Amino acid sequence: MIYLNAFLFCGFICLIGQIILDNTKLTAGHITTMFVVIGALLDSMSIYDRFILWAGGGAMVPITSFGHLLSHAAMASYNDNGMIGLLSGLFDLTATGITSAIIISFFMSLIFKPNN
Amino acid sequence: MKKAEYKKIVKRHTPKEERLKNSIIAFIVGGFLGVIGHFLLELYSAAFNVSSASASALMIVTLIFLGCLLTGLGFFDEWVHFSKAGLFIPITGFAHAMMSATLEYKKEGMVTGIGANMFKLAGSVIIFGVVSAFTFCLIRVTLGCFI
Repeated sequence: MIYLNAFLFCGFICLIGQIILDNTKLTAGHITTMFVVIGALLDSMSIYDRFILWAGGGAMVPITSFGHLLSHAAMASYNDNGMIGLLSGLFDLTATGITSAIIISFFMSLIFKPNN
Repeated sequence: MKKAEYKKIVKRHTPKEERLKNSIIAFIVGGFLGVIGHFLLELYSAAFNVSSASASALMIVTLIFLGCLLTGLGFFDEWVHFSKAGLFIPITGFAHAMMSATLEYKKEGMVTGIGANMFKLAGSVIIFGVVSAFTFCLIRVTLGCFI
């Protein structure tokens, strides 16, 4: 059942993105940025955790999850360390994604050649 | 020629994008990626016996790896062109943006090419994510002090 939820949730987010792309002049970069901001907003109101309970991995795959992880880590770190925790802990959960993206794309760019 | 007439002519000549078809493709491709994400999550937590946080991190690393590999091999650009939002809204789009910027500026050298331009496309996601997450959390914390 959770697989169906994952399909519906992730598909629905992509559907919204596609509708915005088709009907406005915004580019893909604008839309992904907007979705990250929406994810951060939803998590700061503790809404996104319910999506993850409902859709499991389906809610972690879209880029909204990136904003959610940023906010989530900042709030968790605030509860532990106070005000400075907002700055020190912001990247706690997203560090895996950013670091792996940098390392993987660096080493792959040494191997592959650009195709036009 | 009046402005309204001109707009009419422009509208007639702009190619009609098949919006319904695009939306359905984006929905199906995006949903399929969500299913893969959840499948990987369950696979990792069962196979390696790790916590759900580590399993989700591993799942994201796998998807980023696949996105980078397929971009490097050259398949991904066509797929993004075909399914549009279905592939750039999931985390694979982030990997694709980084990998294609890195490949594009490779010829300008290590430091001024790869180093300076790696975040050319994906940087806005990180910057606006950090700014908005910090601002929203600050608002929530400040509101929490008063209520």
